[in-house]
Amino acid sequence: MQAPLIETRGLHKWYSGVHALKNVHFQVFKGEIVGLVGDNGAGKTTLIKILSGVHPPDEGEIRIEGRKVDIATPKQAMNLGIETIYQTSSVVPTMSTARNLFVGREPLKASVFGFGFMDQTRMRRDSLKAIEDVDLRVRSPDALVGELSGGQQQGVAIARAMYFKSKVLILDEPTNQLSVKETNKVIGFVKALKSQGVTGIFISHNMHHVFQCCDRVVAMARGEIVFNKPVAETSIDEVAEYM
Amino acid sequence: MKRLFKIYLDKPELAGVVLLALLVVLFEITSNGFFLSYENMRGVLGLLPEMALVAMGVTILMIAGEFDISVGSVFALAPMTMAVSMVAGVPFVFAALLGLAAAAAVGFLNGLITLRFAIPSFITTLGMLFVARSVTVVISGGFPPVLPADIPSWIFTAFVGLIRLSMFWFAGLAVVLAAILSLSNFGNWIKSTGGQIEAAAAMGIPTGAVKMTCFVLCALLAGFAGIVEVLRLGSPLPSLGEGLELQAIAAAVIGGTSLYGGVGTVLGAIVGALLIRVIDNGLVLSHVDANWFKFAIGSLLILAVVANAWLRRTSRRIKLET
Repeated sequence: MQAPLIETRGLHKWYSGVHALKNVHFQVFKGEIVGLVGDNGAGKTTLIKILSGVHPPDEGEIRIEGRKVDIATPKQAMNLGIETIYQTSSVVPTMSTARNLFVGREPLKASVFGFGFMDQTRMRRDSLKAIEDVDLRVRSPDALVGELSGGQQQGVAIARAMYFKSKVLILDEPTNQLSVKETNKVIGFVKALKSQGVTGIFISHNMHHVFQCCDRVVAMARGEIVFNKPVAETSIDEVAEYM
Repeated sequence: MKRLFKIYLDKPELAGVVLLALLVVLFEITSNGFFLSYENMRGVLGLLPEMALVAMGVTILMIAGEFDISVGSVFALAPMTMAVSMVAGVPFVFAALLGLAAAAAVGFLNGLITLRFAIPSFITTLGMLFVARSVTVVISGGFPPVLPADIPSWIFTAFVGLIRLSMFWFAGLAVVLAAILSLSNFGNWIKSTGGQIEAAAAMGIPTGAVKMTCFVLCALLAGFAGIVEVLRLGSPLPSLGEGLELQAIAAAVIGGTSLYGGVGTVLGAIVGALLIRVIDNGLVLSHVDANWFKFAIGSLLILAVVANAWLRRTSRRIKLET
């Protein structure tokens, strides 16, 4: 069988005496969207923060396509193809769409030690294309992201991950604080990811959202994985019993 | 037309330019045509660089999401360090570099304390305002040292027609800083750090290093401005630059810099500084009691913040089709 795209083995994490992750074995295979559910404090966010390079694990290892890796910073996670979208703070509202799309990865016309002038023509052109690729319309690449709706803002973040050809897209409660209509938009983006063969981890409190757009559901409770089944073989009620 | 109007609303520094034009006309009338005279413009423009340099530094730091209210004290500390070094026999160039190093050290400490202990920079730099001022007075020995007569002060103070040479230094720095802010990737990092620090950090921006750079840059510009002023005056007073920090922040805000970070321009800082200089000079020429100056700046500051918020709301309501 093919090695999982991402695999954690025996992951442990303590936060000032609290055992937040206990021996977590978590796998994501290429092309699937995994729904990660669990109550507050179940360890979902801790697991995601380790995978996206925000915190290091205290024990255990992470493998990407079978190869053991260290993820010490968000930048390293991004270089390994792991891109994370957080609930509200994934984009900078005071900057244009084009600048947001390339923040930290600006194409440069000329550079000295990594600093230089940005290729703004390319940023405008490519950001428009990237956004159209996720079926999102914005009137101009120069419009401020803060003027877009909450769902559209998440769309910009998703377009960014797609543009940089991320292997895995982690969506950490991307529908929190959004209206029903905007939530449906985000779920639409996630479904579109699947049709383009992108692998994803979708974290949510809301089981309905997970069942709408994921292939497999993994539930966590008290720092452990307590449930792991394809969506087609289970039901919301069954998952809820384990949480 | 609608598009032009929206572009105008999105750029608060343009509103500042319009206000500037109105004030120039007003003062030209109330001063019986003296305001725009060659002699007066020479004076106004000759003093502009010193405050505008400080305002640019404060603006860039505010865009990165932090404050520095110690700039007035740094403005005095750098030239005092330079003057005391020269009295002790250090050559001019090295003494000036020592002065800038002292300024950079204060900026570095401001950044280090703010970032390391995660406290508001308002408090760190308020403390530093007192500390740097105290150090300035102590190293001066109580009375201002006199600069040697043979130093090349002319590189800042000489006039070329209407323009003092300090204007060229200032304009050169302004162009470089504006280019960094709006054209370079580092400018993008500054704006994202101040605009939404979590998003910037998640995208791999070294937000701590970005803020630290801006703290040091802000202090360096304040120190440089102080050195320019002292070379013009000939001797550093220990009280130099008192109150300047508030004028610099006022200039930044009047020029459209957001107090919440992420928004602002170098041009805005310059327009804000120019407005303050013009009001200062115009009121005097119009025979208004000079004590009204602070009243005018204060009112303008409040008006600018209210107007900027209104401009932004109005702009957001104008939806353009693609």
